[in-house]
Amino acid sequence: MDVTFWEMIWPALGRGLLTTLQISAVALTLGFLMGIPAALLRVYGPKWLRWLSVGYIEIFRGTPLLVQLFVIYYGLPDLARALEGLGIEAQFLVLDRMLAAYVALGLNSGAYQAEYFRSAIQAISSGQIMAARALGMSQFQAVTHIVLPQALRLAIPAWSNEVAYMVKYTSVVFIISVPDLLARGQFIISKYYNPMEILLTVGAIYLMIVLGLSTIMGKIERAATIPGLQMEVERG
Amino acid sequence: MSNAIVRVENLHKAYGDTEVLKGVNLEVDEGEVLVVIGPSGTGKSTMLRCINLLTRPDQGRVWVAGDEITAPHADVNQIRERVGMVFQDFNLFSHLTAEGNVMVALTKVKKMSKDEARKLAMFELERVGLSDKAQLYPAQLSGGQKQRVAIARALAMDPSVMLFDEPTSALDPELIGEVLEVMKKLAREGMTMIVVTHEMGFAREVSTRMIFMEHGVIAEQGPTQQLFYNPQHPRTREFLGKITELYGHEQGEA
Repeated sequence: MDVTFWEMIWPALGRGLLTTLQISAVALTLGFLMGIPAALLRVYGPKWLRWLSVGYIEIFRGTPLLVQLFVIYYGLPDLARALEGLGIEAQFLVLDRMLAAYVALGLNSGAYQAEYFRSAIQAISSGQIMAARALGMSQFQAVTHIVLPQALRLAIPAWSNEVAYMVKYTSVVFIISVPDLLARGQFIISKYYNPMEILLTVGAIYLMIVLGLSTIMGKIERAATIPGLQMEVERG
Repeated sequence: MSNAIVRVENLHKAYGDTEVLKGVNLEVDEGEVLVVIGPSGTGKSTMLRCINLLTRPDQGRVWVAGDEITAPHADVNQIRERVGMVFQDFNLFSHLTAEGNVMVALTKVKKMSKDEARKLAMFELERVGLSDKAQLYPAQLSGGQKQRVAIARALAMDPSVMLFDEPTSALDPELIGEVLEVMKKLAREGMTMIVVTHEMGFAREVSTRMIFMEHGVIAEQGPTQQLFYNPQHPRTREFLGKITELYGHEQGEA
């Protein structure tokens, strides 16, 4: 690839990359904030909250992300209009493109993250909670101070997977015309008619980003390792 | 009411169709060291767990130091603070150091400052002979050391009574001694203890009273000497005989 061609496409791709990273970061954070309580409620909640959590998780895991994005971007404004017809002000349901992308990807990621956290929480032996309760801790204290710090460590590998997945999965937002990395690539293709070169370039950028993030997650995983535990696993 | 630290009245517990406890009555006075023996599956552990309500009995009442923990509006967490518990499989918090294990309930439950909690944690670890291991994580400790940290963790809460649920059953034989030594020291210091164990040497040396449980009830109880040398119930005699066979002469010899 000659330098001038790179110089031509880079500004657009760079802006797209920024959008992709921004959506990924917000969606992963929102997903984390949804996933933790959803997992906790599913494991420890009273029956009705357990069902609420299961409902959320299954709906967002069981339907295509594209459908969710459509419903949130196009469907909610319809609902807002219907409500206004009834005299109920509901402008907050009308989201701009970026916000719709954040919400759809965040809620979707939250459903998957909830399941990662749930399996990690359930891997912590019940004896840990029993010991905490025996010391006078409330159920809430036992979960926040004893179970979660251990479960979050266990969930790191699965969470790294979600990070890698999210960076690429954000590309569905082209459907509501959010100009992310892949969408920018497609604009340029229609401009220069050289799809292979540009798609390979876009693919290489995704690859480098994911590799970089995987390295960072690996470092976090090692830093969070509990001393001695590896040894014990090997011995077992 | 008497000066009983623990009082248990007509305790019943069933898991499905299996009745584990069928009406247990028990009173433990201050300074008593009570050893509970009996075949497995007869409700010894369940009884211990009912005392601090880790298991909720189907029927019956439990008092700890005068407060009824089974009362409808009892502050269970607050009463539990006064009941130390040591488990068969230690249950140390694996993400915390030995010191952290002792500290966490002090700061979160007793609301002590970090400095205060650390000082007390070091004192309790010293008491079980592990002050040099304070910064190690559970996975870096031997089984015997883990159980001693667990004892220190319970002691730090300044309990009125300590419950031991087969504290040496998960240990390699050569590690049992160090845990029993710590428990004997506690007993000599006057701690009220209820110990489920098959360590007959420990029972004979430090317990003041023994209980033989079978089929969810207390089949026989009495002062240690009496239960050891002159058991009334034929099943008690048989059980003690079996333990002697299993665990060797030195421990079970009667």
